[in-house]
Amino acid sequence: MRGLLAVLGVAFALSLAAVPVFAAEEAEEPLERDWPHIGLFGTYDRAALQRGYRVYKDVCSACHSLKYISFRNLIEIGFTEAEAKAVASEFSFEAGPSEETGEMFDRAGLLSDTFPRPYANDAEARLSNNGALPPDLSLMAKAREDGTNYVFSLLVGYEEAPDDFDLTDGMNYNHYFAGLQIAMPQPLFEDMVEYRDGTPATVEQMAADVTQFLAWTAEPSLEPRHRMGFQVMVFLILLTILLYFVKRKVWADVH
Amino acid sequence: MASAGNREYKSGLIRWIEYRMPVFSLLDGVIGRDYPTPKNLNYWWNLGSILGLALVIQIATGIFLAMHYIPTADGAFDSVQNIMRNVNNGWLLRYVHANAASLFFVAVYIHIFRAFYYGSYKAPRELLWFLGVFIFVIMMAAAFTGYVLPWGQMSFWAATVITNLFSVIPLVGDEVTMWLWGGFSVGSPTVQRFFSLHYLLPFVLAAIIVLHIWALHVHGSSNPLGINVKGPQDTIAFHPYYTAKDAVGFGVFLLLLAFIVFYEPNYLNHPDNFNPANPLVTPPNIVPEWYFLPFYAILRSMPDKTLGVILFVGSIVVLFLVPFLDTSRVRSAKFRPVFRQFFWIFVADAILLGFVGANPPEGTWVVIGRLATAYYFAHFFLILPLVGWLERPKPLPDSIAQPVLGDSAPEVAE
Repeated sequence: MRGLLAVLGVAFALSLAAVPVFAAEEAEEPLERDWPHIGLFGTYDRAALQRGYRVYKDVCSACHSLKYISFRNLIEIGFTEAEAKAVASEFSFEAGPSEETGEMFDRAGLLSDTFPRPYANDAEARLSNNGALPPDLSLMAKAREDGTNYVFSLLVGYEEAPDDFDLTDGMNYNHYFAGLQIAMPQPLFEDMVEYRDGTPATVEQMAADVTQFLAWTAEPSLEPRHRMGFQVMVFLILLTILLYFVKRKVWADVH
Repeated sequence: MASAGNREYKSGLIRWIEYRMPVFSLLDGVIGRDYPTPKNLNYWWNLGSILGLALVIQIATGIFLAMHYIPTADGAFDSVQNIMRNVNNGWLLRYVHANAASLFFVAVYIHIFRAFYYGSYKAPRELLWFLGVFIFVIMMAAAFTGYVLPWGQMSFWAATVITNLFSVIPLVGDEVTMWLWGGFSVGSPTVQRFFSLHYLLPFVLAAIIVLHIWALHVHGSSNPLGINVKGPQDTIAFHPYYTAKDAVGFGVFLLLLAFIVFYEPNYLNHPDNFNPANPLVTPPNIVPEWYFLPFYAILRSMPDKTLGVILFVGSIVVLFLVPFLDTSRVRSAKFRPVFRQFFWIFVADAILLGFVGANPPEGTWVVIGRLATAYYFAHFFLILPLVGWLERPKPLPDSIAQPVLGDSAPEVAE
């Protein structure tokens, strides 16, 4: 099986030779950043997630839904139950029909409710956004290549379009977005959000916080996964070593 | 016959059942009592039992996933998110199911290339090989229907691309395609029938695997030397020797699976599949799962759709012909110096086709794809027969026991 490495090498070299020429209009690769949840023992930074939630609520949620997240999920990132209930009760939901009147009625949000959508339907969303549909953000950090870095890069990647760039009316220039034109205007500006913990709300800080918040909404099972993974790996490594020596012992009289 | 075998069973309960329904002697006939196994099998022979384990993992996790999955165009994507977020340990079930599918293919490809290298498909094991190719085809169908179920963008467009291949069938192509869809395009009826098939196919697989094992146990496992077993000195009992060895393989397989599941569960997934299926937005580069990429490259190598589909189907059908195309009577590549070189070139060609399949069919990729496709078929239709005729194999050892006992021979002499 010594040929295998050589074979892989040749196949890889041939594949490199065929990489197409880099097109000028193509988006830049996302910025590489270290995130605390990356790595074998990575965990989410609770303070960053809570700040990120604040950014989502004060800025993103005006246009973007977060439909897979329930208010009760906020408890997982360090909010108290009372705080999560308070957030839920700010929203009202249609319920019913009532058994007395036979009509639908409004009630305050509960922990089990999911974040409501900012628009009643896609048509309304497009009408309010120059024809563009703001996507749901629950899975955004996984729904793009190198998603976490991409979300951060996109949020800090707004610039004036170069003079020779033909920017469509109502679009915005962002060199991390495919095609370089994005319908979403620059969402974050300095001190737009007032952090409770006193962290200065720079654009980069807010972008990093909301990126981590969205990494969590996309992959809420990351922490239990990393915890269980360590236990399972230790167990399986010991088991495999043990099985190997059992095999050696069983085979001792054959060799 | 049955009563003669009956006396051998120690347990009274087994004798009681055997007398009334000879199920144990039937099992002995299929699996073989003590299954005498060549003593020189290396670790490449572990893949068979690992594939069995993989199927068990898939069925076990799949049954529980099916309890929470909703097979409709409106419900599928949301129900998968529900499994990932709200079902207790649902994320674990789903990540194991999705990633074990990938490792299933890693194992089956090693298993197939093992058979190529050691000529395991040669007489009298041709039927065993055919059953194996059937298993591979059913596996591909099971994997493809499974890839469609999460109903993300790649699910939807993979379903569209693959079902559209049936439209090249002369005269009835379009009707067949619509019949598969259950409508005028891929939609809710398609998910429902794919889900039904995805649940059915693993059990079809299990049935063919029983036949595969039955055929295997008639003439026994092939071995790295490729020579026939001459007598009891060449074999050892499957248990405990190969059960112990297979257990090591299980450990390694589970370690790999656990590492992917717990640390890189989405590495083999396509980001676009986290966007819900949208018939109005075509992804820039539609790609199947990695294990179909070489075949996908062959499909796209031709400018003409019909020709591409013929080559695509041919690239799988040709596997059935391998026992007839390989004209050499020497099984193992160990004694076939020329074939051994071509074996590795073929491995490289298959990997290269994988890279081609992952990239858009533009520029140099088209040329490389065509050359690699041509070589793929040349390997089977030219190289296998010609090398078999022209090559001068090295002398074969007299028996399995001789080289195996080679080192310890002096001790035996003492």
